[in-house]
Amino acid sequence: MSATAPRPNGAPPGAVAAARRYGEVVAPYLVLAAVWQLAALAFPSYLFPPLDAVLARFFAIVTSAKQFTDVLATLWRILAGLAGAFLIGGVIAFVMAQSRTMDRFLAPILTFFQGIPALSWVVFAIIWIHGIELRIFVIMVMTTLPAFTFQILGALRAISKDLFEMVLSFRPTRWGRFRVMVLPSILPDILTAWKVNLGNASRVVVVAELVGATGGIGYELLQQQQLFDMTGALAWTLQLVFFVLLVQRLLAWIETHAFRYRAASEHSL
Amino acid sequence: MTAGPGRLEEPVVRFDRVTKLFERPGEGTFRAVDDLSLEIHAGTRVALLGKTGCGKSTMFNMIAGLLDPTEGTVTVNGRDPFREFDSFRGKLAVVFQNDRLLPWRTAIGNVEIGLEMLGLAPQERHDMAQRWLTQLGLGGHENDYPHALSGGMRQRVSIARAFATNAGLLLCDEPFSALDEITGQRLREEFVSLVREKRKTAVFITHSINEAFQIGDRIVVLKRPARIAYDVKISPDLDAAEKEAIRARILDELSA
Repeated sequence: MSATAPRPNGAPPGAVAAARRYGEVVAPYLVLAAVWQLAALAFPSYLFPPLDAVLARFFAIVTSAKQFTDVLATLWRILAGLAGAFLIGGVIAFVMAQSRTMDRFLAPILTFFQGIPALSWVVFAIIWIHGIELRIFVIMVMTTLPAFTFQILGALRAISKDLFEMVLSFRPTRWGRFRVMVLPSILPDILTAWKVNLGNASRVVVVAELVGATGGIGYELLQQQQLFDMTGALAWTLQLVFFVLLVQRLLAWIETHAFRYRAASEHSL
Repeated sequence: MTAGPGRLEEPVVRFDRVTKLFERPGEGTFRAVDDLSLEIHAGTRVALLGKTGCGKSTMFNMIAGLLDPTEGTVTVNGRDPFREFDSFRGKLAVVFQNDRLLPWRTAIGNVEIGLEMLGLAPQERHDMAQRWLTQLGLGGHENDYPHALSGGMRQRVSIARAFATNAGLLLCDEPFSALDEITGQRLREEFVSLVREKRKTAVFITHSINEAFQIGDRIVVLKRPARIAYDVKISPDLDAAEKEAIRARILDELSA
């Protein structure tokens, strides 16, 4: 665009920039919706239901206390599983970072666990554990634990020796060292780990609920499949998708604010 | 420190027949410091001068309490800085070769680090950090992050950080070597004047004879492994010929 090109409706540059920013956010979803709507026009509605029907069903779920409880149950399971894996993985990562012996002992075990498919953990958990909530919690933890551990361990190992020495020269307490140096150093990697694992967890929880629960989005999806109800399947899926998008947005916002110290020049891409 | 009647003044830093060995895998033992004895008294500015690899940094790390001697003893104010590490909180500050500012903290946040370790109240440490930044000419840059500051400004923040804790002993590891000559020279002068004004004891590591003359009121030349090759007081009354003679002797020792 030429530097002298007139702005639409004489809008101020800030408004144009904001409109462009929002446009960039919304455009991919609008294209997706348009493609779906076209498919709905071309195919029978039991295969590709129109968007208005899907949205109506979506809001029906949100406004029904009984159905929305299922949504909340799934979201709670995701967050609880991720929090559990994060805490356990964090402790394991600190132990591995402190002790070479523990690192040599635990790294192969975690790598072995990483190779076990999520579906296998679902089967193991159904066989081993009777309580539904504990069963799903164990599945969530076991499928996301290795990734959390390795990501936090990598972050701990990447802490700058020079900066650590500088902080040490002030003789901090153990807590002071953690607060001033360790936590801010590893925070970017922790957020990345949450973002990556959130996507994994949302897929795993559906599988876990599909075969191992009597409630939740996964369980409801199973009901829709048995009823051959594509509208319902989409509406329930969208509950989960919107939740993941919402949390991703929240994490991105935290990143923007917590890491505002990063210079634009630090970003290579 | 004031000595009592009939008692000699206790040195701030004392190396008593210190040897430091490092094990190098496949290469055997490396001797970094060899039977070194040295005393540094309160209020002096000692420039440790030596070639690369002569053990200056090892000595520095032993004073800072980051390394333990293999033989002999190192004491600071009569105590072992390695074994009594925490007891030196607020008593010893370090200015490093590069600024080592935490990138996630603003200038004032970086100056506050040592004060936080001392447990000062937030307002008190903020005021103190602000005073030091202003004294070092960084008023108005308190809330800038390190990436927004020039090399000289960043090093000023790191000097403010070291002075803010009011530690009696300053350890400086070539703090001006990474700066351009003009900035380095200006900062060096300000730094020496601050050390004098605040009556600090300071140990400087340097490669530069000129810098050693500008900074130190005593120059200790080290040979490899660290042993004292030459130890000379630099009085402000020295005339040009005396300074030249000392410079020549230092050069001899460094090239030996």
